Amino acid sequence: MAPAGTLAVGVSTLWLSLIVLIPLAAVVARAFDNGFAEFWDSVTTRQALSALQFTVIVSLLVAALNAAFGTLVAWVMVRDRFPGKALVNSLIDLPFALPTIVAGLTLLALYGSNSPVGINVAFTKVAVGMALLFVTLPFVIRSVQPVLIELDREMEEAAASLGASKFTSFRRIIFPNLVPAILSGAALAFSRAVGEFGSIVLLSGNIPFDTQVSSVYAFKQIESDNVDGAAAVSVVLLFVSLFVLLGIRGLERWGTRHDR
Amino acid sequence: MTGNGLASRLALRFIALAYLAVLLLVPVGVVFYRTFEDGVSAVIDSVTTPAAISAFWLTLEVALIAVPLNAIFGVFAAIALVRGRFPGKRLFDALIDLPFAVSPIVIGLALLLVYGRNGLFGEFPLDNWIQVIFSTPGIVLATIFVSLPFVAREVAPVLREIGDEQEQAAATLGASGWQTFRRVTLPAIRWGLIYGVVLSTARAIGEFGAVSVVSGKISGETETLTLLVEKRFQNFDLAGAYAASALLAVIALVTLAGMTLLNKREEDTT
Repeated sequence: MAPAGTLAVGVSTLWLSLIVLIPLAAVVARAFDNGFAEFWDSVTTRQALSALQFTVIVSLLVAALNAAFGTLVAWVMVRDRFPGKALVNSLIDLPFALPTIVAGLTLLALYGSNSPVGINVAFTKVAVGMALLFVTLPFVIRSVQPVLIELDREMEEAAASLGASKFTSFRRIIFPNLVPAILSGAALAFSRAVGEFGSIVLLSGNIPFDTQVSSVYAFKQIESDNVDGAAAVSVVLLFVSLFVLLGIRGLERWGTRHDR
Repeated sequence: MTGNGLASRLALRFIALAYLAVLLLVPVGVVFYRTFEDGVSAVIDSVTTPAAISAFWLTLEVALIAVPLNAIFGVFAAIALVRGRFPGKRLFDALIDLPFAVSPIVIGLALLLVYGRNGLFGEFPLDNWIQVIFSTPGIVLATIFVSLPFVAREVAPVLREIGDEQEQAAATLGASGWQTFRRVTLPAIRWGLIYGVVLSTARAIGEFGAVSVVSGKISGETETLTLLVEKRFQNFDLAGAYAASALLAVIALVTLAGMTLLNKREEDTT
């Protein structure tokens, strides 16, 4: 199968380069077009810096919250039984299937100025956090679930027979086995949150120094023809995603270290 | 099970379901409620305006170009990842996931910088050949970019699972590379391929950020369904925005149903 393999490598590398790598390289080239100092100035304007800071903090919070709740939901989906579980399990993927702009509008309909439940968080930092919680919801659940299914029940039974409480056996036996999956799910959620645009653009109100996130900031720079500024911020976002992506690879290798 | 165990189990179940309800189900339910608040005919009117119909067809057209191209690439990439041996394979493996991780705005800007008026090719494509930015080709390119990894990521594990013994057997019996692929490999990977296509299609139809940078948002020409939702919202046409959203949400729910059926099928056959 050597010739077919070579063909596949050639075609896919070419396609990836044309569609993804060359355009992204163009962004990096544009950002450093006028030298590093210019790039640094664009990234560290007060507004860009404040947007970046808010983006990273809110994304970390969202990743942490979804790590906790995602593990809990995965646990309930694997170990519990209740009517309608299969349906709920399918619906967990909804944020992946629902267009982000619809996700934003959806949250605005329930938690915006016309809220039927009387909660109005539109144009606040809380709204940005909620949108990000929504779009990153499935990551941790979907990465923990398979590990939990595969987990050997004998270890828990052994722990229980030795007198460990349920909580102790979770903390000492189950949780350590889940850590790589939780971390890689949370990392995916974080990288998605950092770049998210569609679900936030309606909800955040885009208030500088308050609810403005980096992707919306970059979008506004493109709209006002400051392509250099947009490219500079984009490079920062690009490197965050690349860093996280390679980090997840490392995590996966660490998670399967006992299998090798 | 002790009473205490049952209580904590119910508590966990309650927290998990409440979290999903507050974040997912109730908001989506409210959108449907708001959409049909003023009756079905108003909704039908609002999704059959010329702008809406044109947005619908454009969205479909873009998906019909982007998804098959990515399906072909995805199969090639999966074969390269699983069967190929080449330097930089691990890097290639990581780079394929870039479209999942990169912000849609960065993607839009990247295309703008390559194909835009002051881009890599200057005004050459614009003057001599084809307009990419603020036109359909730009939207197609953005859509291909964002939905690029799905098929590869679904097909690669299946390929790894089936191994290459049957392919080698076919080759030994004198089948050409193409025959082997069509008669042996393709039938084996078909469910993974279909699953990947379903995911790509959903993503292609739903893309907003990257498309909004490159489309120019010309009503009736370069406006996709998601862009229509945004425009209607900004023009205070809330009912119209909800109606278009409900249409997209229905597509998403159909996708989910398809994914569930495919997963079931996979479990049944393995």
